Amino acid sequence: MNATQTVTTSSAKTNSDNLVIEIHNLRKEFGEQEVLKNVSLQLKDGENLVVLGKSGSGKSVLIQCIIRLIDPDEGTISVLGKNVSALNSTDLGELRKKIGFLFQSGALYDSMSVKQNLEFPLQRIKKHLNQKEIDEKVNEVLENVGLSHALHKFPSQLSGGMRKRISLARTIIVDPMIMLYDEPTTGLDPVTSDGISSLINDVQKKYKTSSIIITHDIECARATANRVIMINDGEVYLEGNLEEFEKSTDTLIKSFFK
Amino acid sequence: MTFLNITTNARINFNAIVAINWLILIMMKNKSSVIKVIPNLQAAKKHVIKLSEKTIEKTKYINNFLSELTNIFLFINHTIKETFSREFEFREFTRQCFQIGYKTLPIISVTGTIMGMVLTIQSRPALVHFGAVSMLPGMIAVSIIREMGPVITALICAGKIGSGMGAELGSMKVTEQIDAMEVSSTNPIRFLVVTRVLAATLMIPLLVLYADALGILGSWAGANIKGDVTFVLFFSQAFSRVHFDDLLPAVIKTFFFGAVIGFVGCYKGYTAGRGTESVGIAANSAVVLSSLLVIIVDLIAVQITDLF
Repeated sequence: MNATQTVTTSSAKTNSDNLVIEIHNLRKEFGEQEVLKNVSLQLKDGENLVVLGKSGSGKSVLIQCIIRLIDPDEGTISVLGKNVSALNSTDLGELRKKIGFLFQSGALYDSMSVKQNLEFPLQRIKKHLNQKEIDEKVNEVLENVGLSHALHKFPSQLSGGMRKRISLARTIIVDPMIMLYDEPTTGLDPVTSDGISSLINDVQKKYKTSSIIITHDIECARATANRVIMINDGEVYLEGNLEEFEKSTDTLIKSFFK
Repeated sequence: MTFLNITTNARINFNAIVAINWLILIMMKNKSSVIKVIPNLQAAKKHVIKLSEKTIEKTKYINNFLSELTNIFLFINHTIKETFSREFEFREFTRQCFQIGYKTLPIISVTGTIMGMVLTIQSRPALVHFGAVSMLPGMIAVSIIREMGPVITALICAGKIGSGMGAELGSMKVTEQIDAMEVSSTNPIRFLVVTRVLAATLMIPLLVLYADALGILGSWAGANIKGDVTFVLFFSQAFSRVHFDDLLPAVIKTFFFGAVIGFVGCYKGYTAGRGTESVGIAANSAVVLSSLLVIIVDLIAVQITDLF
């Protein structure tokens, strides 16, 4: 199977068929290297969409284009009905308040404690909250990720898994509508990876988020996916549910799902 | 014509030169059966190819330089705009003032004191020779206040503060912390750059005044190594020679030193590449460039002061 194929989706556990993200004909190149050639995809309200692909296939560039950390060369990206490329800085800031982005490295602020890291986005996005409400929110999300004891620690004092969980806590503390996960389990042991995958599902259930999960970790994909897209060589290679991927006889897909 | 237009037009003109040179190269390298190869023509052909390749290399270098210059201009422009934003990051600004001001005091204390002592010990023999040792306190005070204090303090700060900013922002860039700030609706220029540049601009003049005071104190200590002069006498002699027009230009130029160190440190860190090597490069180049610019700004300041 080399051409892009769309397989019928299974009954995804989505609240509705409302689309929260629509991407059409996205293209991005860096110098002479064309990273994304012609990517189109949709994210439905309430679903976890897993984007699989080899390293260097353009997955991270895709989600960075969605939140406009990178400007695409061609194509349109619509998030919650808004054309991302056409937004001015104020409107883009407002849109970003509704999107949570979990970076591959966690991206915790080294000079701040865990408490300060969690307060940072909350103080800027939810300015109406007083300090007591902020403290309650911080304690709540830390409890959700199982790290209440890490409140006054610094990122350098945390393990990789703890840093990833604190980063997740920092992302969900502002109650985002959409979550973008960039390789959430990379560099973690299988037990911790399972923990992160469980947290992703908990976030979906508790916060009713719609998520795009970029990963090449099949176990994470199995645990979290409502729907799967595979990107290969900058294009959508296959789209469908997990069962169709697992049963596929395509060589590339079989190499992922050994 | 705006600065941006000038650099853009210069880039376009150089790109045209590059295109013409490529055309010459292609024409020269294509062998044509119509043109007979004569030894002199062959040598001329080689020379032209070599010249074209060198021209292309130079134009690429100049192109990159002009691009860098444009980026610096845009960075400074963006920073100045964000400085006057309504949502000023006051808490981060005070934290940076503490980091830059208070935490640099120990090294400035040592440097300032030694600067005064060394200057006194080196200058004393010459003044003794001319029987003008009574002019020593005044000479040292004027030298420290006008030039030595501001420049040496700024160079020390370029090394400590400039490299610190370059390394900190560079490592934040590499570990995606700046991107994380951006996606959480925080303007990273406002939070990271404006606060640091302003803090450096305000703290370095205070550090210079502190260094000047310690320098004069160190000078008194130095004068007492081979001589014997009381504290009160030394200071009254020192300040009898210092005038307002010695102090004011020196203080004014330290604001520019602070701004230069802040801008260069932040720019180098903010534009660091994605690898860990680039953090070291950012820190190193921040020190080198800010030190060089401090010297250049000092030269300009001296020329302007001389006019009055």
